[in-house]
Amino acid sequence: MNTTWSRFNIASLVLGFAFLYLPIVLLVIYSFNESRLVTVWAGFSTKWYVSLFHNQSFIDAAWVTIRVALVSASVATVLGTLGALAISRYTRFRGRLLFSAMIYAPLVMPEVITGLSMLLLFVAIGFDRGLWTMILAHITFSMCFVAVVVQSRLVSFDRSLEEAAMDLGATPVTTFFRVTLPVILPAVVSGWMLAFTLSLDDLVISSFTSGPGATTLPMRIYSQVRLGVTPEINAACTILIAIVTIGVIIASIANKRREVQRARDEQTAARN
Amino acid sequence: MHKLISSVASRLVIAVPYLWLLIFFLIPFVIVFKISLSEVAMAIPPYTPAFNLLSGWEGLRQSFAQFSWDNYIWLVEDPLYYKAYLSSLFIAAVSTILTLIVGYPIAYGMARAPATIRPTLLMLVILPFWTSFLIRVYAWIGILKPEGLLNQFLLWANVIDTPLNILNTNTAVFIGIVYSYLPFLVLPIYSALEKMDYSLVEAAEDLGCPPISAFWKITFPLSLPGVIAGCFLVFIPAVGEFVIPDLLGGSQTLMIGKTLWNEFFSNRDWPVSSAVAVVLLLLLVVPIVLFQRAEARVQESEK
Repeated sequence: MNTTWSRFNIASLVLGFAFLYLPIVLLVIYSFNESRLVTVWAGFSTKWYVSLFHNQSFIDAAWVTIRVALVSASVATVLGTLGALAISRYTRFRGRLLFSAMIYAPLVMPEVITGLSMLLLFVAIGFDRGLWTMILAHITFSMCFVAVVVQSRLVSFDRSLEEAAMDLGATPVTTFFRVTLPVILPAVVSGWMLAFTLSLDDLVISSFTSGPGATTLPMRIYSQVRLGVTPEINAACTILIAIVTIGVIIASIANKRREVQRARDEQTAARN
Repeated sequence: MHKLISSVASRLVIAVPYLWLLIFFLIPFVIVFKISLSEVAMAIPPYTPAFNLLSGWEGLRQSFAQFSWDNYIWLVEDPLYYKAYLSSLFIAAVSTILTLIVGYPIAYGMARAPATIRPTLLMLVILPFWTSFLIRVYAWIGILKPEGLLNQFLLWANVIDTPLNILNTNTAVFIGIVYSYLPFLVLPIYSALEKMDYSLVEAAEDLGCPPISAFWKITFPLSLPGVIAGCFLVFIPAVGEFVIPDLLGGSQTLMIGKTLWNEFFSNRDWPVSSAVAVVLLLLLVVPIVLFQRAEARVQESEK
């Protein structure tokens, strides 16, 4: 195995990760640039962050974004987990093929199509566009991502645990909450996080489905970018990157701690 | 009583997400198709005949009678549209191949790395995927601009004398797609390569097979399910991409996602943008079905 970790492999990893990370690093560095010109370095400064926090339209947009992301991620997690259960636990029901197609298709569906079709639905049923239409749209596309994440955990799940619980007289509902859910919880949590970031980032579907007064941060950033690159946008992007990075790091630390705990529990159990 | 609750519960597990997707995913497509057959009007909503479920059977029949295929004829007659479709397919195909060339060595390097650092490498590939798509595309504007960081660097290193013009060309679109979709391709290939039994390659090499032909005869075919899944995950969304051609591409970059967006937001022509969406969907039906089959096959093999 050691012989295969060759120079070629190391080189391709170093180049690959440089390609993935350099643009983001440069973006963050230039958010601290003194000069108005994004590409000319003129000294360290945090003035763009200060001006960002005095920009009311950015702050309003940030609030809208967070509210949409919190509500849609939570609902999408419930629906996506149900969808994952339906697809992996019930191998036969009428319309299963259509159901699995509807779970997988949104993963690759071009966003312009999803956005347009949702918007036309809301218009057809006479639903005023705004915060709530955006939330409904976000739930719909992110629940499919949750379903795929949770389902991949359910596939490797030892079903004899569930069967044992039911043999001992637990109802399927109890079995789910006492046996299944604790085991798949890490997948459900990462599904929630994925749904949250997808909602946080979305531009195209939000632009189609939102109405006057409901502008999200990506929509605000996009309309600014079209006018030109400014350090203020770099600062806004840096804040978003920081939030996501901190969230991912906390989640992975919590995950590792849980694994260590579990290993320790198993050891004590083995000793007894 | 317990039995009743259980059977209701197990039905709800299926019915709730099913109904949600029917209402918010499938029915909208029916409406898109219906509106693509109507005509643009100066009204709210800006198309005729408006959809009205309360008008009863007679009303429905009347609106059916008013359906027209004009929008589709328009798509065929105006070269802008079929050029945009063809160029979207072309750009997506080239970008997919480029992503594969960039991504395969990364996935291979990860799979061959010592097992202890693999989880860290995996996280490093996933992490950029968590940062906003828009931000990652935006980051490239500052790099590719004529007075941007790439040109500054190349001028400083004396590689070029005059700044390269990359931003607002198709090259920039290719770079943007490869960069944004790279994790989608690396992850499935990595998971295929990681599961692979490496002793097969060792056996071949022991029997005198040169490493390169061992790679093409053993490793690559075994990673093929991952390659296929990854390529679809890049190709299908890239065909309808809007943000990348809009921010990095130039005026001559034709992509159908951009056409649809402009038709909808600038021209406010809902029926034509619906027709554009229907044709795009028809173009993508074949790759989407192939992708789902590949996914199903991978899942079957895991069971």
